[in-house]
Amino acid sequence: MTATNAPTHAADAHAHGGGHYTSLGLDNRKVAIWTFIGSECMLFASLISTYLIYKGKSPQGPFPHETWTNPSTGEVFPPILNIPVTSASTFVLLMSSLAMVLALAAVQNRHVPKHSAWDRILGSSKLWLWMTCLLGIGFLGCQAYEFTSFIHEGLTIRTNLFGSSFFTLTGFHGAHVTAGVIWLFTLLAIDYRRGLEPKDATIVDIAALYWHFVDVVWIAIFTLVYLIK
Amino acid sequence: MADNAPAAGHAHDDHHPTWSIYWKVALFLTIVTAIEVSAYYIPAWETSWVYVPSMLIMSAIKFAVVVYYYMHLGYDHKIFRALFTGPLIIAILTLIGLLFLFSKLAIRIGLLA
Repeated sequence: MTATNAPTHAADAHAHGGGHYTSLGLDNRKVAIWTFIGSECMLFASLISTYLIYKGKSPQGPFPHETWTNPSTGEVFPPILNIPVTSASTFVLLMSSLAMVLALAAVQNRHVPKHSAWDRILGSSKLWLWMTCLLGIGFLGCQAYEFTSFIHEGLTIRTNLFGSSFFTLTGFHGAHVTAGVIWLFTLLAIDYRRGLEPKDATIVDIAALYWHFVDVVWIAIFTLVYLIK
Repeated sequence: MADNAPAAGHAHDDHHPTWSIYWKVALFLTIVTAIEVSAYYIPAWETSWVYVPSMLIMSAIKFAVVVYYYMHLGYDHKIFRALFTGPLIIAILTLIGLLFLFSKLAIRIGLLA
């Protein structure tokens, strides 16, 4: 059904899956998630701005891209950012977006006949939701490893301006990924309990929009924080 | 896909991407990310003036591709597009404005001593 097929008395009618149409014929839950994502854009812009403003203004290290020698102890701190690990975690998050969009397509095409093994794989919403969850957990694992190694190397949220702004920015993003993983597990629970049908596609779509947003935020963070010195 | 697509505010469901498009987009994102990371390790590129602009452009392309294809914004209702692009524009302008006020950008154009 398209927006043009929406009920005439749109505001009073129930959309599939428990939502309501707005007076524009749009599902209120999708309006809500897009509004939420818009506000999240501004939240992350403020966090990224803070990081960039304080970048290079820490009087003492460790620093993200430069070697630093502690003048009092003579200890040498190499550049602290681990680009290979972060590149791998970026790839993991990008692939999780692919898995998420395939999960949505699988739910939407639940009743389309599957003629081959490949069609059955593509049509398995459980498989792709599991894949998205595991890739999200993999990303969080990389972040936990990164945070732990930073702390062992002497960088905490209280060490310097870089540490404060870095941990705040990436910590907020990690919290969003964690919330996304929990959300995906609730979808999996529904899928195991009664099966996700095409009429449920909107609730999967909303979770997918959130998940992709977390992905695009990381695309920006990866470039601005990790790759640009 | 369109026959089974949900109601839910999809104004143009019949134009949704296919599975093969999703895979191609993932491949594209992987290649661009690989180029970005490679550039970081190529001294001639990393030290040249084109490094930062090229990184920002590649990042913006990846951002736009995910939003267009995976978030279906290119196929969805224009209200959703407005709900996303409006705050995004405000966010980008705020970021640029703050950098001009407080950061190296301000120093480069002589706003700060």
